[in-house]
Amino acid sequence: MQIIKDQQIIANNWQYIADNDSLPTGNITVSLTRWLQNQVQLQQHTGQIGVRIEADADINLLTKNLTKITLIELNFPAFTDGRGFSQARLLRDNLQYQGELRAIGNYMLDQVFYLTKVGVNAFALKTVKELETALSTMQDFSYSYQN
Amino acid sequence: MYQYNDNDQTLINERVTQFRDQTQRYLNGDMGEDEFRTLRLMNGVYIQIHAPMMRIAIPYGLLSAAQLRTLASISRKYDKGYAHFTTRQNLQLNWPTIESIPDILADLAKVQMHAIQTSGNCIRNTTSDHFAGVTPDEITDPRPYCEIIRQWTTFHPEFSYLPRKFKIAVSSSAQDRAATQLHDIGVHVIKNSSGDCGFRILVGGGLGRTPIIGTEIRPFLAQKDLLSYLEAIVRIYNLNGRRDNKYKARIKILVREEGIDKIRAQVEAEWLRIKDGMEIPAQTFIDMQAQFLPPAYDTNAQENASLIQAENNPEFATWLQHNTATHKVTGYRIVFLSLKAPDSPPGDILAGQLDAVADLADAYSFGEIRSTHRQNLVLADVNQANLYSLWQKLSALKLATPNIGTATDIICCPGLDFCNLANATSIDITHEINQALDNLDYLHDLGELNINISGCMNGCAHQSVGHIGILGVDKKGAEWYQITLGGSSANTAAIGQKLGASISKANIIAAIKAILATYIEQREGSEENFLDTFNRVGITPFKEKVYANH
Ligand code: SF4
Repeated sequence: MQIIKDQQIIANNWQYIADNDSLPTGNITVSLTRWLQNQVQLQQHTGQIGVRIEADADINLLTKNLTKITLIELNFPAFTDGRGFSQARLLRDNLQYQGELRAIGNYMLDQVFYLTKVGVNAFALKTVKELETALSTMQDFSYSYQN
Repeated sequence: MYQYNDNDQTLINERVTQFRDQTQRYLNGDMGEDEFRTLRLMNGVYIQIHAPMMRIAIPYGLLSAAQLRTLASISRKYDKGYAHFTTRQNLQLNWPTIESIPDILADLAKVQMHAIQTSGNCIRNTTSDHFAGVTPDEITDPRPYCEIIRQWTTFHPEFSYLPRKFKIAVSSSAQDRAATQLHDIGVHVIKNSSGDCGFRILVGGGLGRTPIIGTEIRPFLAQKDLLSYLEAIVRIYNLNGRRDNKYKARIKILVREEGIDKIRAQVEAEWLRIKDGMEIPAQTFIDMQAQFLPPAYDTNAQENASLIQAENNPEFATWLQHNTATHKVTGYRIVFLSLKAPDSPPGDILAGQLDAVADLADAYSFGEIRSTHRQNLVLADVNQANLYSLWQKLSALKLATPNIGTATDIICCPGLDFCNLANATSIDITHEINQALDNLDYLHDLGELNINISGCMNGCAHQSVGHIGILGVDKKGAEWYQITLGGSSANTAAIGQKLGASISKANIIAAIKAILATYIEQREGSEENFLDTFNRVGITPFKEKVYANH
């Protein structure tokens, strides 16, 4: 399934790796737990490393070796759960995270505009139609009170 | 009052387009019920027993005559020709259709109005003192701060999916008329020892099922740090507030469970990190204050200019005494329009009355109207020479019931008549209290008395801070009422104490009468009001009287 990244619909070239899966070649995402436990091993990995964050995760756990991570996925358990918005803001503004920040899980496409405002620049959605609608919602507002 | 600039206008126009598209996708079946529910709530639309209802935002309760006329026309065109003012100073429509909401929003946008964030788990309409800018006991006009907060809260991308709703109130007076101690955040404008304006910040107050009085989180905050501090509080709440139980999701529960010291430490740490980046430039305050300049008062206006008419007309004199208040400018008074006529539901207003009030505002009060937390209206700047003619017109409109601040100035939720959460009717009880207190002399002898009636635990009518609070409870399918006494949302905020076992609908008026009789018996002269008497004698005499025959 394709994703949106930096306002383009592109192929997703990342593989989801569960906690007990062995590591394949290529770009992989692992859970925060696995990243914290196996940082040394994971940094040897030839592909790029992405980390999946749950809504209750403490973002500050990512401070160490953050530059080794090129993708962070924020998992929304439900669209009503807005913790990911603050996690994104803290990752960008406090931890100065520069890599890809992707929203995954059960958020809704009508949240995409706000997500872009807090620093999320990539979106996994359920259908191509949703990706297209999401792209159009990014133009919903031309001004923002919060800079 | 604040006038939109191009950016403000563009934003609300774009909001109309956005919601039109969302509504269309929902009606086409491209959007689920749950998703649409959340989105419509953020546009003020929620579904009650009969139909969708819609809350229109009135930022800090301030309206122009032109806006009022638009509201009248909307209530005619899309509703049944009346509307309802809420305890958050907003206006509610009871009968719009889902399909018509985008058109209503478009009509509102033409007069710089909207329904943004009047419902949903986001930061709601900021409320303030209905006497802002005109009361003698004020440090400075709080509305410029309110508008700065309004803009910051509007479409805040990070804080639109909070654990629960979030309410902010601002007060700048010695006397707190905005119930700031009962808000998620209460902002008190104060001056420090060097005479600089700043804020005392309270956090974690709230009503509903678990009423809690707010706690001071910071004794003095500099003006320039207002938004960074609010941002830090709401961020800590967004990350840590409980999401497992909707009744424990407000910030008051977080503060209670974690303790104010821990919350303060978290907030201050986050605030120190962000404060420099979010400093409000001094010019912003100057520009905003310029939007709320006093009107062109008549410098020849005379104090007591309506004294002669009052001497000749006791009815007018009574109204003058109860429905007007002291203005900071010589020769002016603040005038209340009572939306508590005995035969109409509290806060309700007809389209014709809305239009007429707009005309009166133009003629008598520089074209502005305010809505109050107790669901009345205010014309804030009336020349005393015009009071008599204004009173005559208000009387003809049934907006001059001389009961402001008295036992029939009741806050009452829609209850069983409109709300699907209700256990019991509240509007009926209001009518019955009105009938029981139809003797004006007795009503005025009872003096200052707030009765608040909610149809269920959610407490939309703030019964827990009513001097007399009445709460609808369900007993095996029948309507019963729990009475509390001694609550207050003013400076000495207090949560009312339970009187005793709940009382059946058939006996509730007798119980209220017994409470009032007890007060009259117990008070030390007519200057001692109900609340003071209650605080002196305690609940026992009231209890004994009410339950004497049970
Ligand atoms: S207090 Fe209860 S019954 Fe009354 S409006 Fe609120 S939810 Fe409905």
